[in-house]
Amino acid sequence: MTLPVVLFAVVATITAVSALGVVLAKNIVRMAVWLLFTLIGVSLLYFLLGAEFAGTVQLIVYVGGTLILIVFGVMLTAQGPLRELRTRPAEWVIGGIVGALLFGLLVTASYQIALPPASADNTLPGPGPLGLTFLGVTDVSPNTNVTGVPDSATITRKPVAYLLPFEIVSVHLLVVLVGAAYLARAKRRVKA
Amino acid sequence: MPEFWSEFLQPPWNIVAAGGVAALLLFSFIGGSTFFAIWAERKVSGRIQDRLGPTRVGPFGLLQSLADGIKLISKEDHAPLGADRFLFKLAPYLAFCASFIGFLALPFGQNLVAQELNVAAFFMLAVLSSEVFGVVLAGYASGSKWSLFGGVREAAQVVSYEVPRAMCVVVPICVAGTLNLNIIGSQQVGWFWNWNLFHDPFTFVAFFVFFICATASCKRAPFDLAEAESELVAGFLTEYSGIRWSYFFLAEYGSMFAVSGLASLLFLGGWHTGVLPFEPTAQFGFWVGSLLNAAVFIGKCWMLVLLMMWLRWSLPRLRIDQVMMTCLQYFLPISCVLLVGVCLWQLLVPSSAAMVVTYVLAFGWTGFLAVVFLSVLRTPAGSDAARGELPGAWHDQRTPADVKPN
Repeated sequence: MTLPVVLFAVVATITAVSALGVVLAKNIVRMAVWLLFTLIGVSLLYFLLGAEFAGTVQLIVYVGGTLILIVFGVMLTAQGPLRELRTRPAEWVIGGIVGALLFGLLVTASYQIALPPASADNTLPGPGPLGLTFLGVTDVSPNTNVTGVPDSATITRKPVAYLLPFEIVSVHLLVVLVGAAYLARAKRRVKA
Repeated sequence: MPEFWSEFLQPPWNIVAAGGVAALLLFSFIGGSTFFAIWAERKVSGRIQDRLGPTRVGPFGLLQSLADGIKLISKEDHAPLGADRFLFKLAPYLAFCASFIGFLALPFGQNLVAQELNVAAFFMLAVLSSEVFGVVLAGYASGSKWSLFGGVREAAQVVSYEVPRAMCVVVPICVAGTLNLNIIGSQQVGWFWNWNLFHDPFTFVAFFVFFICATASCKRAPFDLAEAESELVAGFLTEYSGIRWSYFFLAEYGSMFAVSGLASLLFLGGWHTGVLPFEPTAQFGFWVGSLLNAAVFIGKCWMLVLLMMWLRWSLPRLRIDQVMMTCLQYFLPISCVLLVGVCLWQLLVPSSAAMVVTYVLAFGWTGFLAVVFLSVLRTPAGSDAARGELPGAWHDQRTPADVKPN
């Protein structure tokens, strides 16, 4: 039992228990609080793996943004049937089956992923290489083999810049925001 | 510093010891600074309002916070009947944890940091913005309308101000080229014109926008709409008493020191005095240099916190629509312009012109500050009047105090 294994066990237990709490809680705000612990647990797992950037993005997007908006919306709207959720037995059965299938799929998939090769100088890349990859700059001398991509000798196409797809997705989100603001605007009466 | 502990303990216990010591030091830093900051808040507010502030408990009333603390601990820990008791009790700890975890990535000196992160600036923004969760939960769980209003206002305000705050953090990061706060601090070594504040006009303006947004996201006056006592009783704090109430204050002062530390690292040279042209840890050895670094850094944090107090007791509170308008109509466009401007500056302006602008900014600003401070020392007009006489045009008339009642 090394320290990372112990820490992983603790964090994974907290994450799993609070994920169960999300499912079993009846009050919708309590569900959001259990979800908070689940998401923090996932981001702690990223930090344990040394993926600081992914962990921080998890925190700022899900904890600082999405969950706040969920609680904000619930506080403004929670009335009657939405505040206390009752689950019927049929929903338990369907949800259980879907959950078990997804769990089985993840277990089989995770056993087929090979361990990544250890890097030469035992350091983890910072956010710099990630940003350069976005711009289409490829590392000509990576200090480890990159998993999941074909060997560099067999690549014939040019390196892909991910900046344009990223920007297109962002603009798409902007369109959604403008649309939401348009739909939710105060309706002006047409003068007769 | 697991390397230091590895002399005494086997791994993994050296990592555990380093983590425990770092957590203990940070907790005592937050507790100690809150202790003195509450005293300073009362003293500053008293002096601004021409009062004395606390004077009775200890020398200069320094132990006033201790007396307050004993009172708070001995108060009844009470939850209202309509409250969601679990969330009501959880909320203060969530708020405090968020502001505590922000300190993990904050370097107090060269390599003097609990956990050096590659993305430390981003991490601090993420953690400090999740402090609002505790406040919103407190507002919801109290089962009171005043608390709910406070929570809703807080959520709207903090989520909006996060955007210009984050964009203003990106401005010095464009200059530094890294998110690692330790490296950003080390880059500003030497004289004070090396500070990011004076790098170009855009970083100069970005500091002030960042500081105002940070004040707003710490829900300090003039942005303390979440606890506006003239309209909302005490906002989200209405139903809290005793030790849980004081956890909210620990969180507030903790996040004030955290954003002040972030501001001084990003803009004000971090742990560098600005008048020593070398790195203290390289010159004086690790321990003495780190002690000097930490003292300078904490001093800069205190200056910014005192500035926040000065603002709080000088400015009237904004209305909620004014708060939102200030953010969305002014700070958001300004920070976008600053971000584009600093990128263009880095690309287009030749280095000689940039140097001239840096010197003009640095000496102009320090000269301005010097004139302001010297004007405080100037003899006030009319102080030449003799005792018992009025100054200026009324010098031949007697003060009302000297008029003998007939």
